[in-house]
Amino acid sequence: MSMLTDYLSWGLLILGGFLCVSGAVGLLRFPDFFTRMHAASVTDTLAAGMILAGLMLQAPSWIVFAKLVMILVFILLTAPTSGHALAKAALHAGMKPLLPGKNNADNTAGGV
Amino acid sequence: MFTAAAIAVLVSMGLALVRAFAGPTLYDRILAVNVFGTKTVLLIAIAGFLSGRPEFLDIVMVYALMNFITVIGILRFFEYAAGKETANPESIKDQ
Repeated sequence: MSMLTDYLSWGLLILGGFLCVSGAVGLLRFPDFFTRMHAASVTDTLAAGMILAGLMLQAPSWIVFAKLVMILVFILLTAPTSGHALAKAALHAGMKPLLPGKNNADNTAGGV
Repeated sequence: MFTAAAIAVLVSMGLALVRAFAGPTLYDRILAVNVFGTKTVLLIAIAGFLSGRPEFLDIVMVYALMNFITVIGILRFFEYAAGKETANPESIKDQ
């Protein structure tokens, strides 16, 4: 049983680390602000969930488990909120999403 | 395994920092800082388990709260201020 939990936790940690790196590569490589937000949301939800679930399986006591659950719930609640606020602010500043077949010349408006 | 996850999180923190320095717009930078904060939360949680002291999770909770408050605060500050120089005329009109 302990061996099984260990293997499951290692798999979750490795997969979460891979998703972290792939989300960061997407954040670095995608052509447009809104597609970068899409890449960043991968790390905010799935990678954080997998890494914290992998740590939960290794938790030595119930209080540690409860704290990890609280952190996961808090991240899952706040990541969409800040993402929504960020997208709304970018739209207010005049940034347009990159669309196929449109004139995308002004998609860097609001730049500093 | 904790070490591998910590290295993966560190690498992605570096990539997010590159985007935060290179980002062409203000919002790219805010997004990269937000991602960096989430990765910091994960890294401190992993580091607590790595050093055998899961009491670090209290610090993790504080960092998660600070990350959220920081992003919302920066956006409140910049939501209308950053668009004024370059935004199109109709978004200036309704301010």
